[in-house]
Amino acid sequence: MPIRRDRRDRYAEIEVGSPQEPLWVRCESCGELIFRRKLQENQYVCPRCGAYFFLSAPERVASLVDEGSFEPFPFPKINEDPLGFSDKIPYKERLSRARAETDLHEAVLAGTAKVQGITVVLAVMDFRFIGGSMGVGVGEILSLAMDHAARKRNPFVLVISSGGARVQEGVLSLLQMVKVVAAREALAQAAVPYIAILTYPSTGGVLASIGSIADLTIAEEGALIGFAGPRVIEQTTGERLPPGFQSAKFALDHGLVDAVVPRAKLREGLFQALSVLVGGR
Amino acid sequence: MTEEERLKVLEEKAAELGRLAQENGLDLSAELASLEQKIAELKKSIYAELSPWGRVQLARRPDRPSGIPFVQALCEAFYELRGDRVVGDDPALRGGLAKLGGMRVALLFHQRGRTPEEQRQARFGMASAQGYWKARRIMEVGARLRLPLLTLINTPGAYPGVQAEAHNIAGAIAACIWQMLRHPAPTVAVILGEGGSGGAVALAAADRVLILENATYSVISPEGAASILWKDAKFAEKAAESLRLTAQDLLALGVVDEVIPEPPGGAHTDFAKTVEVVREAVLRHFAKLSTYHLDELLRLRYKRYRHVGSAGPGS
Repeated sequence: MPIRRDRRDRYAEIEVGSPQEPLWVRCESCGELIFRRKLQENQYVCPRCGAYFFLSAPERVASLVDEGSFEPFPFPKINEDPLGFSDKIPYKERLSRARAETDLHEAVLAGTAKVQGITVVLAVMDFRFIGGSMGVGVGEILSLAMDHAARKRNPFVLVISSGGARVQEGVLSLLQMVKVVAAREALAQAAVPYIAILTYPSTGGVLASIGSIADLTIAEEGALIGFAGPRVIEQTTGERLPPGFQSAKFALDHGLVDAVVPRAKLREGLFQALSVLVGGR
Repeated sequence: MTEEERLKVLEEKAAELGRLAQENGLDLSAELASLEQKIAELKKSIYAELSPWGRVQLARRPDRPSGIPFVQALCEAFYELRGDRVVGDDPALRGGLAKLGGMRVALLFHQRGRTPEEQRQARFGMASAQGYWKARRIMEVGARLRLPLLTLINTPGAYPGVQAEAHNIAGAIAACIWQMLRHPAPTVAVILGEGGSGGAVALAAADRVLILENATYSVISPEGAASILWKDAKFAEKAAESLRLTAQDLLALGVVDEVIPEPPGGAHTDFAKTVEVVREAVLRHFAKLSTYHLDELLRLRYKRYRHVGSAGPGS
C-alpha cells in the first residue's frame, strides 16, 4: 500500500510491508532512489537528505526494544462494526483490506518488551491501518495495555502514529477518547509512569486524549503534532500557516513536548527517560 | 427543497396572504385557513418523521435555546467566571457558578450567538484552547468546593486555528476529559444542539448524558464525513444517516441516558418550555446521583467509560 507523505514537510513515499516489497524505493523529498536494505539499515531515514519514512508498527517495535523481547498481547474480542457502517465500501471490507495489507489485526500493536533490560508495556500505532485511527478496538487494546501496566507496575510506553478517531465507528470512536483517559487515570492511581512518543502523525482525537497527558512526552524529529489538520485550519480560518507549523520543533517551542529526538537516537532517548522514571524510590 | 425549506416558503406565503388581506381589505380567510392547515400538517410530519439530516439542520438553528439566555432562564443565579488565567478568555465556551433548584453548581456551556453579529463574536460556538483551559479551571473550582458539575453542549467543534494549536488545544481537551472523570461530585451533561466531536466530548465525560430530542452528537460533521469517506460533500445527507448521530440512535447505542422531548415544532418554537423540560430532567438526575457515595459514583463513572463500545451497542 503506497503511503503518501506531504512533500512540504519533507516526507517520502514508500511501500512498507506490502507482500511484494520493492527492492528500490524513491525518496519523495530529494528524489534519490534508495536500495531498500540500505534504507532499512538507516531506520527508514533517507541516507541522502534525512527525510523520515513511515515505520510500520512491527518495525517500530524492533527499532526500540531488546531483540526478541517483545511479547504481544492477544487481541480482545469486540463488536468490530458497531454501526454497520458503509461508505464507498462497507467498513467490514475496509477492515479486511487493512488486515491483508498490513498483516496486523488492528491499528495498534501492544505487548510487553524490554528496553535495555527494563520491562515495559509497549503500544505502537500503525498509520497504514486506516490512518492509525482509534475505534473501539484500538481504544480497548490501549486500555488493556494500560491495565496490564498498572497491575504489573511496568511503565507504559505509547508510540503514536494516528490521524485521530475511526470515523466509521461514529460517536463510539469519539468516546474512545474518554475510555483511554479513564484507563490512564487508573495508571496514575497506581503511580505507574507513562511515556508518549509522538511521531508522524499525532493528530485529532488521539492527540486530544491519550497523546497529551503522558508524564513525559518525546517527539520524534519529523513528527506532525496537532489537533486539527493543516488543511482544515487553512480552509476554516483562511490563516496562512507559519513555516514549520505543527512540526516537532513547533511542539517543543510551544511547550507541548519535553524533547525532540531523531529516530536514530530514539531507543537511547527512551532508555534515558525510563532510567529516571523507574527504580529507587 | 428540504421539508424545512418548504415549511419556510409556506409560512412566508401565509404571512404574505395575511398582509394582502389586511392592506386591501380582502377576505382571504378560506385560503389562509387551508394554508395554515397545510403548515400544521407539514410541521407535524417534519418533526415526527424528521430525517437525521433534518435533525442536523434543526440542531444547528441559531434560534435554538442555548447559551447565555438559556442559562439565565435555567438558573436562579449565575456568576460568570472568565479567563484561563494564562492566555485569555474565550467567548465560545463560558461558565461559572450558579444556583439551580436551590443547589450550588459549577456550570459550563457553549455560546453560539443568535444574530450574525453575536455569532461572529462567539466564533459560532467553536471554542479555542483558552476556552478549554478555562473550562478545566472552572471544573477545578467546582472540584475544590465539591460542587455538582453541569455542562450544556452546543458546538460545531473545537476551533481549528494556528493560535489554538500554539496554545495546546489538544492538551486542553484531554485535560477537560481527565478532570471530568475525576470530578468529586455528580456530573450531568446535556446536549442542547450540536454535539460536535472533540469540542463536545471535552464536556461530556459525565455520570449522566442527556440529549434534547432533535440534538445530535457525532465524531465528525456529516459534511466532513462525506468529504473524507465519500470524497464528495454531496453525500452529507447519507453520512448523517450512517453516523447514527440522532438522539434516538445515541440512546440505542447506550451513549446517552435519556432523550428529553422537545415542544412540538422543535425547541426553537418554545424557549420557556424547553428550559422547563431541561431543568426538570437535570434536577431529577442530580437528585438521583446525589444519593450515591462518592466512591461508588467514581467507580460507576469509570466503568461506564472504560467499557464504552467494548461489548457492542446498547451495553
